[in-house]
Amino acid sequence: MTTTSAPKVQNARANTVQLTVRVKRGAPGAASHWQEYKIEASPLDRFVDVLNNIKWTQDGTLTFRRSCLHGVCGSDSMRINGRNQLACKTLVADLGYKISAEPMLGYPVIRDLVVDMDPFFGKYEKVKPFLINNTPAPATERLQSADQRKRFDAGTKCILCGACTGSCPSVWANPEWVGPAAIVNAHRFIFDSRDEGAAERLQILSDRTGVWRCRTIFNCADVCPREIPVTDLIEDVKRAIIYGEPDIPNT
Amino acid sequence: MPYHKFDVVIVGSGGAGLMAAMQLSHKYSVAVVSKLYPTRSHTGAAQGGVAAALGNQEEDHWQWHMFDTVKGGDYLVDQDAAEVLAREAIDAIYDLEHWGLPFNRTADGRIDQRRFGGHTRNFGEGPVMRSCYAADRTGHMILQTMFQQSVKNQVQFFNEFLATELIVTDGRASGVVAYSIRDGDVHTFSAKAVVFATGGYGRAWRITSNALACTGDGMSIAYRSGIPLEDMEFYQFHPTGIYHVGVLLSEAARGEGAYLLNNEGERFMMRYTPSLQELAPRDIVSRSIVQEIREGRGIDGQDYVYLDIRHLGAEKIREKLPDITDFARTYLRIEPITDPVPIQPTAHYAMGGIPTNINGQVILDEKNTPMLGFYAAGEAACVSVHGANRLGTNSLVDLIVFGRRAGKHIAKMLDSGELDYADLPANTAERTQQMISRIRAGSGERAETIREEMRDTMTDMCGVMRTEEKLLQCGSKIAELQERYQNISIMDKSSSFNTEMMEAIELGYVLDCAEATVESAAARKESRGGHFREDYPTRDDKQFLSHTLAYRKENGGVKELRYKPVVITEFQPKERKY
Ligand SMILES: Cc1cc2nc3c(=O)[nH]c(=O)nc-3n(C[C@H](O)[C@H](O)[C@H](O)COP(=O)(O)OP(=O)(O)OC[C@H]3O[C@@H](n4cnc5c(N)ncnc54)[C@H](O)[C@@H]3O)c2cc1C
Ligand code: SF4
Ligand code: FES
Repeated sequence: MTTTSAPKVQNARANTVQLTVRVKRGAPGAASHWQEYKIEASPLDRFVDVLNNIKWTQDGTLTFRRSCLHGVCGSDSMRINGRNQLACKTLVADLGYKISAEPMLGYPVIRDLVVDMDPFFGKYEKVKPFLINNTPAPATERLQSADQRKRFDAGTKCILCGACTGSCPSVWANPEWVGPAAIVNAHRFIFDSRDEGAAERLQILSDRTGVWRCRTIFNCADVCPREIPVTDLIEDVKRAIIYGEPDIPNT
Repeated sequence: MPYHKFDVVIVGSGGAGLMAAMQLSHKYSVAVVSKLYPTRSHTGAAQGGVAAALGNQEEDHWQWHMFDTVKGGDYLVDQDAAEVLAREAIDAIYDLEHWGLPFNRTADGRIDQRRFGGHTRNFGEGPVMRSCYAADRTGHMILQTMFQQSVKNQVQFFNEFLATELIVTDGRASGVVAYSIRDGDVHTFSAKAVVFATGGYGRAWRITSNALACTGDGMSIAYRSGIPLEDMEFYQFHPTGIYHVGVLLSEAARGEGAYLLNNEGERFMMRYTPSLQELAPRDIVSRSIVQEIREGRGIDGQDYVYLDIRHLGAEKIREKLPDITDFARTYLRIEPITDPVPIQPTAHYAMGGIPTNINGQVILDEKNTPMLGFYAAGEAACVSVHGANRLGTNSLVDLIVFGRRAGKHIAKMLDSGELDYADLPANTAERTQQMISRIRAGSGERAETIREEMRDTMTDMCGVMRTEEKLLQCGSKIAELQERYQNISIMDKSSSFNTEMMEAIELGYVLDCAEATVESAAARKESRGGHFREDYPTRDDKQFLSHTLAYRKENGGVKELRYKPVVITEFQPKERKY
């Protein structure tokens, strides 16, 4: 964790600062090690710009995922200065002159900052993350009130970046646990007035690897780049299990 | 070498690819090959909405939508395709709703709709509420919903696989070759039908709203296989990208009343389009901004102007424009409630692409000869519903309507037995292996210098404003970069998650797209929609009411340009006046 103060944001991008970036590098079957890079950057640069510049001008072997560069695709969650963040939503100005980057905890490392997301998507699939409704659909849309729509809005923002799941001590202790992201996506359907699959999903989430492993530590909500109140949604699901059904507005 | 066999292989997991998969996966074996995890596709970045004449808020008709599309495209739109788009948009939206897409709702529980630039009632009389939306993340919700349905239908994904080659047997598509980023293996997929839904190529320019993955791969692979690229000179520059980073600030800001200001604090759009002011079509606003900058009226004499929403008031800004405020705060550290936001035009959308007919079948020439078994959809394809300029919210409709049509047409052809597996040629994957070995053994410069020079050149010489002189210079510069690319080198020789190799391959693709763009632009001596020639500032229907088809030489470079007539059914070309 860095202790230096953050570079000041200047209006001109031309004012660059010297950064020291430490990256935890690794590959399967080899011990990981820290490597240090020195690079110039503007306080307004995204951390992903810094990584790209290192890759493009210094060390082509530095490996990380990225695509949209503005916080909507969920590719580049990593542990920056000890906290899971999207590299593209974090500016140098907020990180200080000495920055550390590591792969997220709780995921198998493929190479450098790239982790294996397959187990994460496997858990997501387990909660049946799709609308279940066996009543034949009308010729036009199914009706839903604005209040009903609002009931599950929070979860629809999820970009499946995995930051929450990778910051959860219960996940670190128990890799079998479905983890916060899967529950967020279950919540999105359980509380959708058009969905008929709540019972199935609540069943899945009430077992050994379900919601009860959540110890309300709030790490997940703290790191979510979409500002989803993850822990609150998990609590919502716990309540639905206790009451036997989700509370959804009737109209 | 790993080998797979599927009825259908779809390259690309954005809205277009997944929509095609959805039509097929219940009955046929389908593989979706994507260089990203599906939910990382750039469809997820779309904010504004998706157009369909549902008429939930006020009277609307698909004929009106069709007209707006044709006019917006400066009459280069194929009107049979525009009709399909506008008609089928309605059902396609209901499909998405039935799959759970969380649209915003009206007071009576229907899908809510709002206004968007260029969409009008009664053939141009005034704005209409046609854009269906899910907050300010419509594309995200479309992508999520399609992915959810793919999980439900157990579509088989090959994630982080970079397609490198279209396999052709006796003139028909018979499969795909792909490089597995994870372990460096080259995989062969044999298929009865292949769909390319690989998205756009905004990365050819310096400032762009597009993701790093938007490098025109599918267009280039098709082009290298002898298939022409259509209308590549028509590329849309969105007026309001965040200064320096290009991240898009949606048209919604100007819809709500935002001003554009130059360094004198003047609302300069009043001078260019007094009637519509800031709400003129995207191409016109982008040109006006560039003109201001050229004449020294950029802020501090630099290459940006201001988007000003301060007069809208804190409350309205918070309520209506949360995304814009969020992006400005995150990336510029500017508070739009109290300060104007620096913006500049940003490379945004490819109107051109792989030519297809209205069934998504790729066509090979100006006679519309289809290639058996090969389909394209989404931004990678050119149907052409966008003509010379795309209207906001019309791309997402394009994905779902033509993704769906491609899927359905393949299903029909499979049902009737008209598509089957073909023997793969003996040299399958050779080109890919050679490309990989060449890059690995290369001793020249690294990708970075070539990529940077390409982006600067395209921005300066093949951007918002074009002239013969600059386009010719640009053409020879791109040819020079193509030469240098042949000897490109990489530092990373590993086969495990080698993203430097991936980026090097992608650079080759985007260079091809740049090449086709500049050559097509040089030959079109008129101004129409997104293609503006300072030396030929007016539209010339006599000579140029036709689509460009650019063919590649075997060893690189444009071989020839051919022209294909525009399909005109209902609406005779008129001057595009707003
Ligand atoms: C910021 C922004 C906002 C927008 N807002 C709107 C809007 O409000 N309304 C609207 O209608 N349109 C909007 N658009 C345009 C629209 O979003 C895009 O045109 C559209 O989403 C493209 O979808 P697609 O399915 O064709 O491609 P994409 O979603 O880009 O997907 C391409 C897919 O192809 C894959 N791929 C590419 N190359 C390869 C390869 N070589 N091998 C394997 N896989 C490959 C990628 O992994 C990806 O899955 C916006 C665009 C941007 C950038
Ligand atoms: S809930 Fe937030 S942190 Fe977790 S996966 Fe979704 S977007 Fe990422
Ligand atoms: S690159 Fe897409 S979220 Fe960061």
